Amino acid sequence: MTAYILKRLLIGIATLVVASVVVFSMLEIVPGDPARLMLGINATDDALQALRQQMGLDQPLVWRYLEWASGLLTLDFGRSYTYSVPVIDLIAERIVVSLPLAVIALVMSTAIAIPVGVFSASRRGRPADTISMGATQFGVAVPNFWFALLLIYIFAVWLRLVPAGGFPGWSAGVWPALTALILPAVALALPQAAILARVTRSSLLEVLGEDYIRTARAKGIPYRHVLWRHALRNALIPVVTILGLQFAFLLAGTIIIENVFYLPGLGRLVFQAITQRDLIVVEGVVMLLVAAVIVVNLLVDLSYALVDPRLRANR
Amino acid sequence: MSLLEIENLSVEIDGTPILKGVDLTIDQGEVMGLVGESGSGKSMTALAVMGLLPFAARAAGRVSFGGIDILAATEDQMCALRGDDIGMVFQEPMTALNPVKTIGEQVAEGIRWHTRATRADAEAHARKILDRVGLPEAKFPLSVYPHQLSGGQRQRVVIAIACALKPKLLIADEPTTALDVVLQKQILELLRDLVDENRMGLLLISHDLAVVTDMSDRITVMRHGEVMEGGETARTLSRQLHPYTRQLAQASMHVPQRKPFASPSWGDRAAGAGGGSDRTQAGRPSATPERGRDADPELVEGKADWGKNQSALLSVENIVRDYPGRRTSLFRKPEPVRAVDGVSFSMQPGQSTALVGRSGCGKSTLARMILALDRPTDGEIRFIGEALTGKDEAALKSARRNMQVVFQDPYGSFDPRHKVERLIAEPLHLMEEKPSAKERRDKVAAALHEVGLSPRDMDKYPHEFSGGQRQRLSIARAIITRPKLVVADEPVSALDVSIRAQILDLFADLNSRLGVAYLFITHDLTVARAITDDVMVMHEGRIVERGPTAEVLDHPQSDAAKALVAAAPDLHRAIARRLQEQG
Amino acid sequence: MSDSADIHGETAASFAAKAFANRSFLAGFIITTLIAVMALVSFLWTPYDVTKLIVADRMQAPSAAHLFGTDHFGRDVLSMIMVGARNSIAVALVAVGIGMGLGVPLGCWAAARGGLADEILMRFNDLVFAFPALLSAIMITAIFGPGAINAIIAIGIFNIPVFARVARAGSLALWPREFILAARAAGKGKALITVEHILPNIANLLLVQGTIQFALGILAEAGLSYVGLGAQPPMPSWGRMLFDAQTRMIVAPYLAIFPGFAIVFTVLGLNLLGDGLSDVLDPKLRRQR
Repeated sequence: MTAYILKRLLIGIATLVVASVVVFSMLEIVPGDPARLMLGINATDDALQALRQQMGLDQPLVWRYLEWASGLLTLDFGRSYTYSVPVIDLIAERIVVSLPLAVIALVMSTAIAIPVGVFSASRRGRPADTISMGATQFGVAVPNFWFALLLIYIFAVWLRLVPAGGFPGWSAGVWPALTALILPAVALALPQAAILARVTRSSLLEVLGEDYIRTARAKGIPYRHVLWRHALRNALIPVVTILGLQFAFLLAGTIIIENVFYLPGLGRLVFQAITQRDLIVVEGVVMLLVAAVIVVNLLVDLSYALVDPRLRANR
Repeated sequence: MSLLEIENLSVEIDGTPILKGVDLTIDQGEVMGLVGESGSGKSMTALAVMGLLPFAARAAGRVSFGGIDILAATEDQMCALRGDDIGMVFQEPMTALNPVKTIGEQVAEGIRWHTRATRADAEAHARKILDRVGLPEAKFPLSVYPHQLSGGQRQRVVIAIACALKPKLLIADEPTTALDVVLQKQILELLRDLVDENRMGLLLISHDLAVVTDMSDRITVMRHGEVMEGGETARTLSRQLHPYTRQLAQASMHVPQRKPFASPSWGDRAAGAGGGSDRTQAGRPSATPERGRDADPELVEGKADWGKNQSALLSVENIVRDYPGRRTSLFRKPEPVRAVDGVSFSMQPGQSTALVGRSGCGKSTLARMILALDRPTDGEIRFIGEALTGKDEAALKSARRNMQVVFQDPYGSFDPRHKVERLIAEPLHLMEEKPSAKERRDKVAAALHEVGLSPRDMDKYPHEFSGGQRQRLSIARAIITRPKLVVADEPVSALDVSIRAQILDLFADLNSRLGVAYLFITHDLTVARAITDDVMVMHEGRIVERGPTAEVLDHPQSDAAKALVAAAPDLHRAIARRLQEQG
Repeated sequence: MSDSADIHGETAASFAAKAFANRSFLAGFIITTLIAVMALVSFLWTPYDVTKLIVADRMQAPSAAHLFGTDHFGRDVLSMIMVGARNSIAVALVAVGIGMGLGVPLGCWAAARGGLADEILMRFNDLVFAFPALLSAIMITAIFGPGAINAIIAIGIFNIPVFARVARAGSLALWPREFILAARAAGKGKALITVEHILPNIANLLLVQGTIQFALGILAEAGLSYVGLGAQPPMPSWGRMLFDAQTRMIVAPYLAIFPGFAIVFTVLGLNLLGDGLSDVLDPKLRRQR
């Protein structure tokens, strides 16, 4: 088990390092000089030179990567070209919106999807199954940002239950902040829940066809118990995998949904940064999100060991 | 009233009849053998008794267990019966246990459910029954997971689950088919003891007439969903009144007619084998317990003798194959697992040799190395005087032309997307000059003719053929290049007995007509006896005994061979014993 | 064992008969064909010219003249949806092409070689999976500026490991099969076996995955063009139309409704097609237990 965990950990770290090289070099090949971008076209050569030195742009490439990467370890993402404040400050300001949003959406989608999947599988082929799977078929096909528009139209414009967008900030109190996040979270969660419910159902059906289910039934254990006690735990292994992959989609979804609801999260930050060509901010945000995806997938790998004793064995 | 009464049971799935008016009774303490070939409806009968028929199945007739009408019983009533009054053991031990639960949990679960015992009591009970089925606490604590057990041990766990509450009726559906003969014997003995101890009724389902005869008081013979014949075992099998029973019995005991191949190489072989086939272990007064290495000096001597023959078709010298072992620590290199451990032997042209051994003894690994599908860790293989080891594909071409293979699984042996012509012609890839389309078709037609199929079959797809026909196709593919050696890995063990007899005849026929030598890998001694001149017994990666087939099988010397021979089901012997018992 | 072989090698006609008897497949096929025909027709004819801005006709509700209404520039929404279909399909199709073209050979290679090659592929997959298509698109746009090509590259890159995984898993299941061993005993090399035996036998899996990735590609393209990382105006795209509709939703909700339904309809059709295909091609899943 320790060998398995260590191996996954090493792989996770290696992936992170390579990913940082990719991000760094992608933004390194950008045409144009950040110093000139910051100072404008009319800057004198001397001023440019001074700024370049100050930003360390005159250093060799490898040196700059190492400096940037070691900065990442201490959460130092550099200074924004446009705002001239540390990138980490910008991120910290925004992450309090994005992270709760992603987490609420993840919890919501899991809480909906797994019961629906189990319910559907246990009523395979009956009307309840057909209806719920038909619904998920639609759910999978709906783009979350369009779903968000519909939600805004129904709940904000028409019923006036929640605000149509914007974020009052956590300082305005937890409840107003949460209400501002409800619609975005639902818009993110439901399409993901549809996918997850389908995976849960098909994985469970596959497990229900296994020989050991027949063995359990031959013991006289009622079908419902067999489903929950024997089948579900085995069926969860692929579900957890999809859950890990979905986290990446959720993060990406967050970026889009924040734009629909005018939420001041990482998504808005990164798009502003793109239009202002504030590349160091783009670099920082992308790196953070990539790291999040890698860490979540690492956690997924480790959770296998909890579910599956075959992995817990020495290897 | 009998314990179980099945009257006129019919089952259909989606309009297809599976069972047609099956009648069967079992009394308390009685062993009923249910025998038949695949598709005869044996398993479906068992599932009907358990109330575990597939959802789409519709059953009619009457199944009565201890006065309870099973077909009319509610699911709750069936749950109360299953695992308490009726236990069931399944065919595939490797998948019959939940991989994420300990064996303790799985055995205790049924006990807790039916007796409402506390966890501690149920676990104590589970411990007792696991001890009883031969899994003592010291080596197999309750906290063991299924993946830590071998197939035979897992089957013991399944039996423990089924017998935990001393059911009145135990149903065992091909309980030993997935196990080798030695394990089969142990498991059958365990079942017999448990049944005797608790006066259980046992419904033993098997395709193997010898197993059923050996175990049962009465037998029922099924075919195509119908009962052909039923009655006391001894009488039914000694009289063989029903033609199908007779057919089944004869197929089970079938020995193909073999004619020696009339060619010079056969003479060579006879002369060469005269010295070589001396029992390498004959004359050893008694086998020492730690035989393996002890036997070496003589084996080496024997090998030198066998290897000297320069005209040997195949010679294998000191072959070793290691596989990387499981890593037990991150910092220690894993110990390699030695699958084949210093094997040497040689084969003469036209000779038919059996390689027998228990599952996992390394016989298939050895076969793959001979076929150059796997590389030995050490040692040398020479085929028609040419070394195979360490050569690339191009250099192996001529050797491959003279050496082909037949596999066990008639379904997995063909690419389902290609037509027969292309599949059979695949080894022609090895010819120096590519045959023209016409030559190719001619050769395929000839090969099909050789194995008793029609040349018209070449435009069909493999799924259009039955299992036995597919095995003929397999053989046709193997002989199309006119090889000198065919390696056959369990070529008949996936086939029903009547088909098996036909395929063995075909092998024998081709041996005498084409002079092709066989290396038959099998765990089934009746197959070895039927078709081979010599036999080699493999155990834990080594060859522990070899000699003429009849001699080794009649008077085994090594422990491994003795165990195999003792465990091999034998219909003659079983009938004779039954006759004595039942008069 | 036998069941998986049963469907193979049948004629195209009998396959088609079986496929069209499957409700999912039939529905998916009809929807997908409709969308494809709509995109093709748009090359020859659209109700109105989408490049002409007629401000006098702006923001008209659906009517006989403009079935789906007009946008803030007076362009006909139906015509824009028709032309937008071209863009969506092209982006998703090329992205699937990139994914298959690079992913399948990679997966097959890793499965055939095993060992280090396999490890490298899996680590490469880990790496690419860490960059959701949107993040790649953000990086690409940050560097090269926005455009439809970005969307194609970003989605295409994300498809590579998806197909590599499917191809690898499919091939790994085949390599130990006896018919492959028989081909090896017939002296065929790994490359030849991959072409002759492996690829035809994983084609089913790839086809099903292809339709799924196609559907995901349509969704991803819509998302990217919605946030301005995809096709740029004046080229009509479904995502962009929704973005433009957002600020005008209170006065003209139909602007958001129709392009949204176009996306849902297309993705639904492709998903149904994929489901139907996997049912028909893989009897193991279809078989009732």
